[in-house]
Amino acid sequence: MNQIQTMPSRFRNPIGKFTVHRAENCAQCGKCAAVCPHGVHAKGGDKMLRPRSHLCAGLACARAADGCVLQCPARALSVEINPVFQALGDYRWTGDLILSTWHQAATGQLPYMEMENDCGASGGGLDRIRILLPEKTSGISPDQVDLRLNLNRRGDGRPEVVIDLPIYGGGMSFGSISQNTMAARARNAEAWNTFTCTGEGGYPEALYPYDRHVITQVATGLFGVREETIQRVRMVEFKYAQGAKPGLGGHLLGDKVTAAVARMRESVAGNALFSPFPFHSVYSIEDHKKHVDWIKHVNPRALVSAKVSTPADVEMVAVGSYYAGAHVIHLDGSYGGTGAAPEIAKKNIAMPIDYAINKTHRFLAQEGIREKIVLIASGGLRTVHDIFKAIALGADGVVIGTAEIVALECLRCKNCESGRGCSRGIASTDPELAALFTADWAFQRLYNLYASFAAQLRGLLAACGLTRVTELTGRTDLLTHLDYQREQK
Amino acid sequence: MSGKYHIDVEPEPARFAPVSKLNHIELNRCLGCLQCARRDCIYDVFTDRKFLPRELVDSANRLCKACMRCVQECRNRILIKALNPEYLELGNAYWTPEIITSLWNQAATGKIPVSGAGYEGPFSGEGFDDMWTDMSEIVRPTRDGIHGREYINTAIDIGRKPGRLHFKDGQLLDELPPIVSSPLPILLDLPPAARRWSAVKQAVLHAARQLKLLVFDDAPQSPDEHVFARYAPETDVGPDCPHRLFEFCLESAEPEIVRRLAARIRTLSRRRPDAIIGVAVPLEPRTQEAVLHFVDQGISVLRVYADRNGREFSKSYPRFIKEAVRAIHLALVQTGRRDCVTLLAGGGIAMAEHVAKLIACGADGAVMDEALLAALECRICRQCAAECPVALESMDAAWGAQRITNLLGAWHSQLIEVLGAMGLREIRRLRGEIGRVMFFKDLEKECFAPIFGKRKD
Ligand code: SF4
Ligand code: SF4
Ligand code: SF4
Ligand code: SF4
Repeated sequence: MNQIQTMPSRFRNPIGKFTVHRAENCAQCGKCAAVCPHGVHAKGGDKMLRPRSHLCAGLACARAADGCVLQCPARALSVEINPVFQALGDYRWTGDLILSTWHQAATGQLPYMEMENDCGASGGGLDRIRILLPEKTSGISPDQVDLRLNLNRRGDGRPEVVIDLPIYGGGMSFGSISQNTMAARARNAEAWNTFTCTGEGGYPEALYPYDRHVITQVATGLFGVREETIQRVRMVEFKYAQGAKPGLGGHLLGDKVTAAVARMRESVAGNALFSPFPFHSVYSIEDHKKHVDWIKHVNPRALVSAKVSTPADVEMVAVGSYYAGAHVIHLDGSYGGTGAAPEIAKKNIAMPIDYAINKTHRFLAQEGIREKIVLIASGGLRTVHDIFKAIALGADGVVIGTAEIVALECLRCKNCESGRGCSRGIASTDPELAALFTADWAFQRLYNLYASFAAQLRGLLAACGLTRVTELTGRTDLLTHLDYQREQK
Repeated sequence: MSGKYHIDVEPEPARFAPVSKLNHIELNRCLGCLQCARRDCIYDVFTDRKFLPRELVDSANRLCKACMRCVQECRNRILIKALNPEYLELGNAYWTPEIITSLWNQAATGKIPVSGAGYEGPFSGEGFDDMWTDMSEIVRPTRDGIHGREYINTAIDIGRKPGRLHFKDGQLLDELPPIVSSPLPILLDLPPAARRWSAVKQAVLHAARQLKLLVFDDAPQSPDEHVFARYAPETDVGPDCPHRLFEFCLESAEPEIVRRLAARIRTLSRRRPDAIIGVAVPLEPRTQEAVLHFVDQGISVLRVYADRNGREFSKSYPRFIKEAVRAIHLALVQTGRRDCVTLLAGGGIAMAEHVAKLIACGADGAVMDEALLAALECRICRQCAAECPVALESMDAAWGAQRITNLLGAWHSQLIEVLGAMGLREIRRLRGEIGRVMFFKDLEKECFAPIFGKRKD
């Protein structure tokens, strides 16, 4: 049986937000070890050990009368923000969010340390939206909340595929990430009865045991796509574009095309691989329909998802996809993405997902087809608050990618595109680097993160008086934006 | 359509150690276990490490890729990577440390900035940061994927285009007005304080020649097809002026001065039908009037310039360059005069995307100035008159030309990226095409106002 298990950092020195310093004048009395509730201080023999700073709760505790700093008779202790922490993160994924995700992956719980776990610091969109929790308790217990989501609402005779929580893993190709990372994601998808996606790099054999929880991606390069890989799965995703580089194709550097990657993609090792943009066979909705029909013909049981990015007319694209026969329309906003992309594209092309969700939701409703299609959002969703906000804005569910990678101790150094890839072994196919962690470790970290996400989401829904996540879709009344003044009703 | 335009880039390393974002700090209890050097750092920062005596810095600062693996694996926990205060102080709120260091990298490598792990910046911001460029998923038959990208044309024409052509028996009757083409929608200029350094001037001129671009120069002696000669408005320029391409650069848009200059140029241009005579006007609230007047008087090339941070010269609510340009563009369109004039704009052009965004707001081309200095390692400290921290006065011109060429190569590729995503094959078609961009204000109104009510600001 899968369950939360502590799965600490694989590195010798964990990074914490605070540094606890013990000065020379320490009397070795052990008082600090007695007062600290988090085990920062400990004695080894008759000497105090070096403080385990990453466990420290923070400056408020340090200032509290019963905290170690004031309790120390020698006044030998001080607590500060860790300079390494200050060098971590960016506007989207702040140092707080990175450490918070690491903590959840390690423990399955939100951190007890002083940190912002819910929002980033981008200064707009989701980061300025807040959830309005009712003051009265609803009387609903989080255990009663149903997080299930049915991915087929067309009533077209194809199977209803129900996932146990409204979250699945985004496409990351073999080649861009290691096989261990892929296998761990698939095992986690099975554990939570949801999906993960192959990305555009073929279907490694390591995924075969998890066929029921894998989405085969068909992208413009058609790398590794065969009838057989389409027939294996319950859902096939067309990647028309990706948020990180909308309007541009994919690019896998030659260094990352190892022999194994090349075999999977039916290409030559060491040669850079490009996937074009767009599908050269698709210049209209009619062409798109032909594509969808092709998949439906090859696999008569499969659901079809269309992954698109967010141009100004994103709602028209969504409607088009519905009429072309897609079961799921997946909007991938511009700020996510795990692979390498030109910075000019990441920053500028297409609109932020924060805008696209509600725009599309409303338009689909006006067209009278909202109930028939599943709307999935992705692209820069980091926390449960983001997920809640995306669904309240009008999505049915979300796809996460970067958060999973961060759970495996990615710190967003952004070197994934270079040379051998990731020095932490996540986004790398270099055999030595990819062996930096085991699939078991990675699986448990992902499992813990999902457990924390599911528990938080249940808690928020229960607090809002909702018993099903499907009731949250479009409930914009549960949100407020800090820069707006809602009209008095 | 002209042939494929290509810029040859070649790595050209910095002369000074670039200011790094992080400082490498070692507490002094190293065990000598070599864990960091042998195993942790896949970028060989420790094995290639040197102390650079000239700048008094550790090469580990600059070579480090901030993956923090050594910090997390050090057997005695003595390694720290901390933010470098010198980095945080680079430039100003507009020319941010990120922009400056990115320009340095582009000038050193000629490559477009690429990184993994999604976008890290603010949601939106002031100036050029309150707009996004559009793209389309499907139904965009102008695209040929990566193979078509090379044929995206970034050229613009400078000069007057005839309104209509008259033919008789297959013969063109009209005298065609003079025109020059630039293969990039970018003209080069140096900020005034840097014009006294001859090697810097040489480097820019050299790069312009190689890339077939135009560069502004103050009252040069001999003619040069790559030089856009610049004169003070009161200079006595007669019909025997050796240049074919020159402008009078105003320091104010005062109506009386504008009228006098326009009349003078009108007379001059009748005697010099072969010349393209332009005017530069600072961006002020009354600049639009001035531009319309110059256009009425037959002046075909107008350059408007903002301050170094892209702001209008105005005490109250100075607009950003793109808003001011957009207003002028619209005024020209509404009065049916847009095609009589080439509208250039500069001031605060710090990234390739600024060029595309400025053009989408209505300019034909952009003028690049301070960014050229950044290619030469300038730190945008704006102390040029005192002492340049990167000794631009003693720089080697050939080195500088290659750095500028590299930066322009990177910008060219980036323009092609955005044009490609927009489905445009020619940058000329982007001019004033706001259907291909989205503004923060509009998106907020369309997507958030129906949900959240009224925006507070
Ligand atoms: S309480 Fe103070 S003196 Fe006592 S062991 Fe802790 S740091 Fe040392
Ligand atoms: S400040 Fe509090 S949590 Fe931190 S070490 Fe002291 S007692 Fe422990
Ligand atoms: S290279 Fe850096 S950003 Fe990329 S996956 Fe690895 S740790 Fe994350
Ligand atoms: S942080 Fe990473 S790149 Fe930098 S020195 Fe340490 S191991 Fe090398």
